[in-house]
Amino acid sequence: MNYGFVNQDQLEDIDNTLKEDLVDIGVECVMLIDMAGNTIAKCDNGKCTVDTYAFAALAAGNYATVDAMAKLVGETEFSLLFHKGEKASIHFSKVNEELLLITMFNKELSLGFLRLKVVEVIEKIRNICGQTKVSAT
Amino acid sequence: MAFINIRNKEVQVKIVYYGPGRGGKTSNLEYINDKYRQRIKTEMVSLKTHGDRTLFFDFLPFDIGQIKGYEVKIQLYTVPGQVKYNATRKLVLKGVDGIVFVADATKERRESNIQSLNQLHENLKSYNLDLFKIPFVMQYNKMDLKKSDIPVLPVEILQKDLNSRLRAPAFEASALSGGNVAVTLKRIIALTMTSIQKELL
Repeated sequence: MNYGFVNQDQLEDIDNTLKEDLVDIGVECVMLIDMAGNTIAKCDNGKCTVDTYAFAALAAGNYATVDAMAKLVGETEFSLLFHKGEKASIHFSKVNEELLLITMFNKELSLGFLRLKVVEVIEKIRNICGQTKVSAT
Repeated sequence: MAFINIRNKEVQVKIVYYGPGRGGKTSNLEYINDKYRQRIKTEMVSLKTHGDRTLFFDFLPFDIGQIKGYEVKIQLYTVPGQVKYNATRKLVLKGVDGIVFVADATKERRESNIQSLNQLHENLKSYNLDLFKIPFVMQYNKMDLKKSDIPVLPVEILQKDLNSRLRAPAFEASALSGGNVAVTLKRIIALTMTSIQKELL
């Protein structure tokens, strides 16, 4: 999939999915970013004050670093990353070769439930992005 | 590759400051961060070692206003300059739209500049990018050291070493005091935006 130029309908569908399937179940903030650190889509519960541009840059760097480490130990990839904090936690999941889904959530949401929902959302995003031929810059 | 968000009418552009270690890449971003503080909504992110050397990258996002109704968000990155961090440099170059090569004009760093530029060429190739085609600006930094009697290479030598084939726009600069930092930035933004527009048409 070439994501460089995502059309308006695709973005709308992605936004709806992020809201309905993740923010509405209690996720504080969810972002779809590319591996270069660009923010493709973002949705939050209205209380999230995270600097999403800096976050996307750091998240892409973090994921790329872990990916390089995976190769060093003979793995193709570590497709899932999870950072647990006292109040906030972050879950990273690879959508495809170019996209990452990042969810920020608090302790009221169980990790197991979130993971199930993330799998569903990833499948939906793949379908949405595969719908239309898109061109890159 | 710039990301264009049609829904939010937003373009995200990635510009990377590349060059040998201690050449002044982070100083360029620090100066921009200070000078244009009122236009930058967020804090500069720096991933440094305890010795204040760049470990992963510096990141500075800012808005330059609208072009054809699209809000343009420039995202400036630096790479770690130390030789051992090439894997990290490669990661930062992913999705790059424009490059500023910050060369260290002091005489003793002549070889490091050439090595760094050659490595940039190789690193870009791994992303199927061509150094001769990507928007590129050359900056000869530390020119102010001439006044302190530190041997600095003449611009003609620097041009011959680094820019004879590239023929990119080149500026003499002093990143710490801000000399030509803004000029370099403006030129790379202009070149990058023109290139993105061409790709879109």
